[in-house]
Amino acid sequence: MKKLGILPRIYLAAVFVILYAPIFYLIYYSFNSGDGMSHFESFTLDHYQAVFQDTRLLIIVLNTVIIALLSALLSTTIGVIGALTIYFMKNKSARQAVLSLNNILIVSPDVIIGASFLILFTLVGVKLGFASVLISHIAFSIPIVVIMVLPKLLEMSTTLIDAARDLGASRKDILTRVILPYIKPGIFAGFFLALTYSLDDFAVTFFVTGNGFSTLSVEIYSMARTGITLTINALSGLIFLITIILVLGYYIIGNKAKSPQGVKK
Amino acid sequence: MRSKNPLRFIYATPYAAWLLLFVLAPIAVIVYYSFFDLSGHLTLANYRNFFTSIYFKLTISSFWYAFLITFFALLISYPTAYFLTKTRHKQLWLLLIIIPSWINLLLKTYAFIGLMGVYGPINALLEAVGIGSQQILFTDFSFVFVSVYIFIPFMILPIFNSLDKINPTLLDASKDLGANAWVTFKRVIWPMTTDGVKSGIQVVFIPALSLFMITRLIAGNKVITLGTAIEQQFLVTQNWGMGSTIAVFLIIFMFLIMVLTSGKKGGIIK
Repeated sequence: MKKLGILPRIYLAAVFVILYAPIFYLIYYSFNSGDGMSHFESFTLDHYQAVFQDTRLLIIVLNTVIIALLSALLSTTIGVIGALTIYFMKNKSARQAVLSLNNILIVSPDVIIGASFLILFTLVGVKLGFASVLISHIAFSIPIVVIMVLPKLLEMSTTLIDAARDLGASRKDILTRVILPYIKPGIFAGFFLALTYSLDDFAVTFFVTGNGFSTLSVEIYSMARTGITLTINALSGLIFLITIILVLGYYIIGNKAKSPQGVKK
Repeated sequence: MRSKNPLRFIYATPYAAWLLLFVLAPIAVIVYYSFFDLSGHLTLANYRNFFTSIYFKLTISSFWYAFLITFFALLISYPTAYFLTKTRHKQLWLLLIIIPSWINLLLKTYAFIGLMGVYGPINALLEAVGIGSQQILFTDFSFVFVSVYIFIPFMILPIFNSLDKINPTLLDASKDLGANAWVTFKRVIWPMTTDGVKSGIQVVFIPALSLFMITRLIAGNKVITLGTAIEQQFLVTQNWGMGSTIAVFLIIFMFLIMVLTSGKKGGIIK
């Protein structure tokens, strides 16, 4: 592999600096004993203590995480089924049509998803709150999973399935021992993307959440319009730390699982 | 060959139900509501309203901002994705690009309020190099900058994937046949990544048309997009009819953009 030249390195470094600057800026001031983000007085951990004492905030964090995990899990399940359904459709134009329908929610602006779901929930009589937010997050994550899984299915050689069948594999075996292992990277990618979308979502949640239920995004939005406390900075520091640990853990596990078997690339 | 589907028809039900309930039904209710006024009467007044100069200007400026945001996001993301594929631990670097998108959108936006503020570090830097402090927040620049920042990871991802799929022997072949770096890029790399670029444009342009949180927090209500207008109608004025009408047009624009950017989408399916 060729090494990168000096200019590309500088370019990449600049992109990384800009991507991370706002995050480190927030974290830096989370240790500030002063009350704003403009000048640093002295080091303190008070704000971190405040996070763990603020029950309301902790409940909101918990809500956000539960919604993200549940919606990612359920949308991955339905999305994988969806990808398989599309893959096995015989009629080419029907398949194309379903695929286009699938992509509608991905390209739909958040406000449209939010507004139309709000009308829908009101019409059907779903109470706005946990249920409506969860259902919405599942709904907008499904197409993303399909999009991540489908290319893996298409790149799989159909002879694999034929070979399995010739060797006497049942339908279930073909699915669980041939197809699913093959598309596993796509499934994981879909799951993590669904998680990302859910954690990051503000607009849809903002539309479909009721009075009693709030996620982190909605909460920060309302605080940002009135003036934030440094507690939020401390919280973002914690979120960042947990994210890094999860990602590194995932990366290390992923690498370990690969190397002994010498997976073909 | 594919006829012997290991999934029986019934397994497709959850996905089919989702298509029906959360893709088709929402569009139907939006269209339906767009024909009603505040007091629940069937009317075309919402559509008449939309064709007044206020909404026309709004639409044009919304498109202009979305164009700028997409353009700069692509300009920054393409080289980034390209260089990333050349790094040794490219998957790890890609993860590092994605991590910031895991940090809550609102937190990042809030950070920019501080960074770009009158007493923020950017102004301190400008002061130090002698330019003097500027009003950065609540300008077009801050709006476009923060939006581009938010969308970059989503633009990098599809481009990275399409670049990563290119067989390196093709590049060697191109070189052996006498192409220089630029010709190789123009004739080999770029054509093979247009699908990635197109999906990148899709995932940036359409959301950019409808941003409303950033317009409120960073642009200080100076920039009004179609998204802001919809949010206003639905959640502030409670005029669902007018909100739905704007949404109908946004959906039409969305379809046009989808058609334009996915001309060869059939290429995915063999």
